[in-house]
Amino acid sequence: MSRYLIRRVIQGIFTLWVIVSLVFFLYFIAPHDPARLLAGKTVTPGLVENIRKSLGLNLPIWQQYLNYLGRLIHGNLGLSYFLKQPVTTIIAREVPVDISLAIPAGIIWLALGLSIGILSARRPRSIWDRSATVFVLTGLSTPTFILGLLLLYFFYYILTSHGIAIFPGAGSWTPFQTNPLQWAHDLLLPWLTLALISAATYARLSRSTLLETLGEDYVRTARAKGLSERRVVYRHALRAAMTPITTQFGIDLATVLGGAIITETVFGLPGLGQGVVVAISRQDLPLIQGIVLVAAAFIVVANIVVDALYAVLDPRVRLT
Amino acid sequence: MSLAPFEGRTQLLDPGDLPPEAAQGIEGRSPLRLALARLRTDRIAIVAGGLIVLMALLAVLAPIISSVTGHNPYNNNLLTGTTSFGQPLSPGQGGYLLGTDNVGRDILVRIAYGAQISLMVGILATLIATVVGTVIGLVAGYYGGWIDAVLARLMDTVLSFPYVLLAIVLASVFGASLPLTIGVIAFFSWAAIGRIVRGQTLSHREKEYVEAAHAAGAGDLRIMFVDILPNLVAPIIVLGTLLVPTAIVFEATLDFLGVGVGPPTPTWGNMLSDAQNSGFVNWWFWIFPSIALLLTTLGFNLLGDSVRDALDPRTERIFATRRKGAKSGGGAPAGAGAVPAAGEAGS
Repeated sequence: MSRYLIRRVIQGIFTLWVIVSLVFFLYFIAPHDPARLLAGKTVTPGLVENIRKSLGLNLPIWQQYLNYLGRLIHGNLGLSYFLKQPVTTIIAREVPVDISLAIPAGIIWLALGLSIGILSARRPRSIWDRSATVFVLTGLSTPTFILGLLLLYFFYYILTSHGIAIFPGAGSWTPFQTNPLQWAHDLLLPWLTLALISAATYARLSRSTLLETLGEDYVRTARAKGLSERRVVYRHALRAAMTPITTQFGIDLATVLGGAIITETVFGLPGLGQGVVVAISRQDLPLIQGIVLVAAAFIVVANIVVDALYAVLDPRVRLT
Repeated sequence: MSLAPFEGRTQLLDPGDLPPEAAQGIEGRSPLRLALARLRTDRIAIVAGGLIVLMALLAVLAPIISSVTGHNPYNNNLLTGTTSFGQPLSPGQGGYLLGTDNVGRDILVRIAYGAQISLMVGILATLIATVVGTVIGLVAGYYGGWIDAVLARLMDTVLSFPYVLLAIVLASVFGASLPLTIGVIAFFSWAAIGRIVRGQTLSHREKEYVEAAHAAGAGDLRIMFVDILPNLVAPIIVLGTLLVPTAIVFEATLDFLGVGVGPPTPTWGNMLSDAQNSGFVNWWFWIFPSIALLLTTLGFNLLGDSVRDALDPRTERIFATRRKGAKSGGGAPAGAGAVPAAGEAGS
């Protein structure tokens, strides 16, 4: 087990290194010059040269790359070209938004998706199952930004223009520590957007795996022993069906933690996703690098945690 | 993706031309024929196909719609397209069926041209991803050893990329354009197909027919592409069909975020991005492109589900019981019974 984990961590670091290097060299191929962008509208060649020197952009590319990796190992993500703040400070400011988004939304989509999946797997081809299928297919076909816009239109624009101002519009964000109630109020529509889309995947996944496990011999044995249907479904079948759901959940949660780019853009939330979109529009390489690294790290860590959880959830799995 | 491996192997009457009893009596129908016969009796597949044909027609007819209405997708029809106060026209006003946008462009014409981009990106990106994924998956699964180790690691790495994020980075570095958008989508999609093909190839490699081919002196390429590949066509078709809506949504998302096919090209994502920037007052700015996008992705998703059911031999059971039920109900033709919801069987 520990050997397995060590190997996975090394693989994870390798993946992160590939991603970081990819982004680094991409920006060297790019025909953009951040020094020129920073110099603003009144440019003199001397000014651009000075900026280039101060950013270390005049060094040969391999030296810049090694310097960058060296700083990275010490946990230094550099200074943002535009905001002139350490990238770590900016990320630390943006991550709470994504945590606030991911965890409640994750709970909603898991609860919703699992209930729908269990309901339709227990009564296949019933009216419930049919309605669930419609929900799943609609959810899978709806782009996130369209659902977000729809929710904003009906719950914010239409209600507010009729004098019922229940839901806030885009751009509302209150930190949890400031006012937990206001926090939840501001995030309700973003949570719903993320949750409804993802719940579809979970409903489909839990239905198909549950249907499969319900046909297994050990389930028949459990029924033959005279266990209640409830116990058979929840204790025997569902436990085995949880393995693929855990995998999916770990990776989905990590993706949102690393920046729900679309949801944040639609609802104007100041998280990593919006941060990176702005950073990209400004060619702010250190900030882009930092956010990409953090986002990828969330996914890599989630992958390792999920694999380790396999062994806990399913006693048949041995990690070697 | 070519269906050629299935063609010419059997000479059969079209099962649709025969009464159901006779059609059932035919032996040796190829899997593709069976699947097509199943699809034809699946109402949901027909609806899905209808939606896709509708969008394809919209795309093909875009220039005609443009010339009939006299509205160019790029032109700001400042004189006829806006009110005398410069406000956009709502649907139906002044000969604009779906209204005009902020600068007086005809929304209907732009949606029709947007269908061209969406379908082209969806299908091209899927084709590239499918071909690349299939070849890499076959090579990895067939050769095994260090080749497999490297390729499998590569696929895992691509699959663990935060892909929307890296797609925006790529698009911003190279500048948004149509070929780049297609390339980016294909780049992040091939690994999903590669992984499945690799897994299937691993198990097929051990089968007797591969051993027989070896014994007969077949080369590696021949075994991979002539012997093994035809057995993998079913899962590849299913994955490919389901990849198209993903690619279409991906493209619209990149446009919406401002890093796809840039404005003023009429794409659904660009239209929605413009709409978001202009608020909600003019609902027709975004409701029509949203509907177009939704119907397209829904069509492909429904079709993908039906294709999977049709290609999966386990579905035969369900179709058989349905047929029996239909007969006892007074000899109604096959498929007239309760149509199982898409995705119901063997998913």
